[in-house]
Amino acid sequence: MYRITEKRSLNPTVTLMEIEAPYVAASARPGQFVILRVDEEGERIPLTVAGYDREKGTVRIIFQIVGATTSALNRKNVGDTITDFAGPLGKPTEVEGLKKVCVVGGGVGCAIALPIAEELHRLGCEVHTVIGFRSKDLLILEKEFAAASDRLAVMTDDGSAGRQGVVTVPLGEWLEAGENYDEIITIGPLIMMKFVVATAKPYNVPTVVSMNPIMIDGTGMCGGCRLTVGGETKFACVDGPDFDGYLIDFDEAMSRSTMYRDFEAVRREEECNLFRGNE
Amino acid sequence: MPNMSQKKNPMPVQDPLVRARNFEEVALGYGEATALDEAARCLNCKNMPCVSGCPVNIRIPAFIAKVREGDFEGAYRIITESSSLPAVCGRVCPQETQCESKCVRGIKGEPVGIGRLERFVADWHNEHASAAPERPAPNGHRVAVVGSGPSGLSCAGDLAKRGYAVTVFEALHVAGGVLMYGIPEFRLPKKIVRREIETLRGLGVDFETNVIIGKTLTVDQLFEKGFEAVFIGSGAGLPRFMGIPGEALKGVYSANEYLTRSNLMGAYREGSATPILRAKRVAVVGGGNVAMDAARTALRLGAEKVYIVYRRSMDELPARREEVEHAMEEGIDFRLLTNPVRILGYQNENDRRDPKNGFVTGIECVRMELGEPDASGRRSPVEIPDSAFTLDVDAVVMSIGTSPNPLIKSTTEGLTVNRRGGIVVEEATGLTSKPGVYAGGDAVTGAATVILAMGAGKTAAAAIHASLSDNA
Repeated sequence: MYRITEKRSLNPTVTLMEIEAPYVAASARPGQFVILRVDEEGERIPLTVAGYDREKGTVRIIFQIVGATTSALNRKNVGDTITDFAGPLGKPTEVEGLKKVCVVGGGVGCAIALPIAEELHRLGCEVHTVIGFRSKDLLILEKEFAAASDRLAVMTDDGSAGRQGVVTVPLGEWLEAGENYDEIITIGPLIMMKFVVATAKPYNVPTVVSMNPIMIDGTGMCGGCRLTVGGETKFACVDGPDFDGYLIDFDEAMSRSTMYRDFEAVRREEECNLFRGNE
Repeated sequence: MPNMSQKKNPMPVQDPLVRARNFEEVALGYGEATALDEAARCLNCKNMPCVSGCPVNIRIPAFIAKVREGDFEGAYRIITESSSLPAVCGRVCPQETQCESKCVRGIKGEPVGIGRLERFVADWHNEHASAAPERPAPNGHRVAVVGSGPSGLSCAGDLAKRGYAVTVFEALHVAGGVLMYGIPEFRLPKKIVRREIETLRGLGVDFETNVIIGKTLTVDQLFEKGFEAVFIGSGAGLPRFMGIPGEALKGVYSANEYLTRSNLMGAYREGSATPILRAKRVAVVGGGNVAMDAARTALRLGAEKVYIVYRRSMDELPARREEVEHAMEEGIDFRLLTNPVRILGYQNENDRRDPKNGFVTGIECVRMELGEPDASGRRSPVEIPDSAFTLDVDAVVMSIGTSPNPLIKSTTEGLTVNRRGGIVVEEATGLTSKPGVYAGGDAVTGAATVILAMGAGKTAAAAIHASLSDNA
């Protein structure tokens, strides 16, 4: 069992938790993920590590309440435990040797982008950051990004915070103005990452994307997380989750991500009804 | 006077048409009277040919003699001298190519039903025995076992019986490895696996789940933590795909994923938190035991039509005969000498948001014939020109093998692997190229059987004992 030591709501749909998991905390690095189960009959879901405290032995996760499992997780409070918390899985994001990087995060993906931006900043890399959200209510971690970035653009779809527009707008402007990035690192919805890659391509800037497909074991056993990368089958759990964005078949990944859409809609509904019944 | 019947006592089974719709165990097991009758068929040969066919060298005639006397607990004690998982082996071992293939009774008639008797003895013990196993006196040595599948459990059990403090590290949330995630409930009920693991706990074996060696901790860190030897039984690993178009469509699974969702995560139960596609028509590609398990699982998940698609003929099909027969009785349609070339999917060109887009609709295959024997002596299948046809299906399960998992080898310095990625070991000991590190099971051999993995775990346990007791 793994104890929750801190819980904070970042916005109405996004929650931060610190989980006591000394093994994971001791070896986790930015870009890696964990697999957790909330309770005994629960499903296994992957969540990217949003931070860790090696001394306290805790791991930070930040998750969006999108389905039954994340709803169940969100109902847990400080002092409660979850059944399983395994990791760190996947390869860490490669940050060594980078001198100037643009980090592009979208929605809850910003939670994962932050530790990478912080690590780059700590290593003395020049960090430019674009973060995008649907609206002001959903904006998270702005202060933290400001502290880790040499240049920051905040975007919202409706203009209720920062600038109105999508993340590729400032990215395109900066590239057009002649910013020479060693790399662009992007984490967010698949469709956003696809367009970040398309924006970077004319400038030939290497672009790393963080993939978060459906998976079960996360250790290279089930093959559910497979992606087509440069025409080859790769497994996000052991070969990734970071990949060369130019090589990813995004359309295929987007299609695969909807495999259980109907099932999830039903389960979410049941979970909500159940929760209402308890109140 | 031995029972000279030329036939084995048949195994009582659930009716095929009933069992094809439930997840209850197919084979029901011998009762006491049948077990006594079958035991009486054993001639108690002096040279014990059957024992040479057993990868863990169970003293077969001795345990059968105990059954004959009605001393079922005595029989159990003899089996467990050699095997840590009798209730499992009695169910999933391919006895027909091992112990039973050497049985003298098999020369004229059918061999003694050794596997069925083993299962009877183990089940009888689990039902009647109440005393916890005696915990051996600790010898002060610590050994780490990586993976809680058959090889790891067998290694851990043998070491624990010799007084070692054994910790088994498991990546998943439950112990048992392929016995839990791979082999379905209807062939190996999970409560039996849990029971065998409880027995090991009773011997003092410690299980740590959610620890991925190679990620959470490295092999070198295990030594730093004070373990004096490490046994790697991490299993086979990454599923293979064919590399044909359409394998990324929704509804295409690896057998590992399909079986893991159903077995480990319980997706076959109503109200399960883990989803699985309830397909009406399913094609399983491959001819091994795993393919049979996947096909029969599909049926039990409600499929109306399930195909096995295999590119060679029945003679080459590698699954156990018993499993093939069970599958056929249940109505699985075997399409032999058939090879998939492409998986077809739905695509509404006029509506990109059509929810059916990207789901499997069929599998295009070609017919094959067997050509000249190749270097390995096997006749390789050759495509018959212009023989393409389509099977209409809404799910495809790829069951064509696995390639070794990279997590341990990529994080363990000094561990030599072969061309195929399997860990290289000394056959007689299981010792790897890294001092103090042993390995066995599918991580070494690639996909094989439960009992071979158990044999490897046992070999390594003996070698670890020899090495550590010398140093003591």
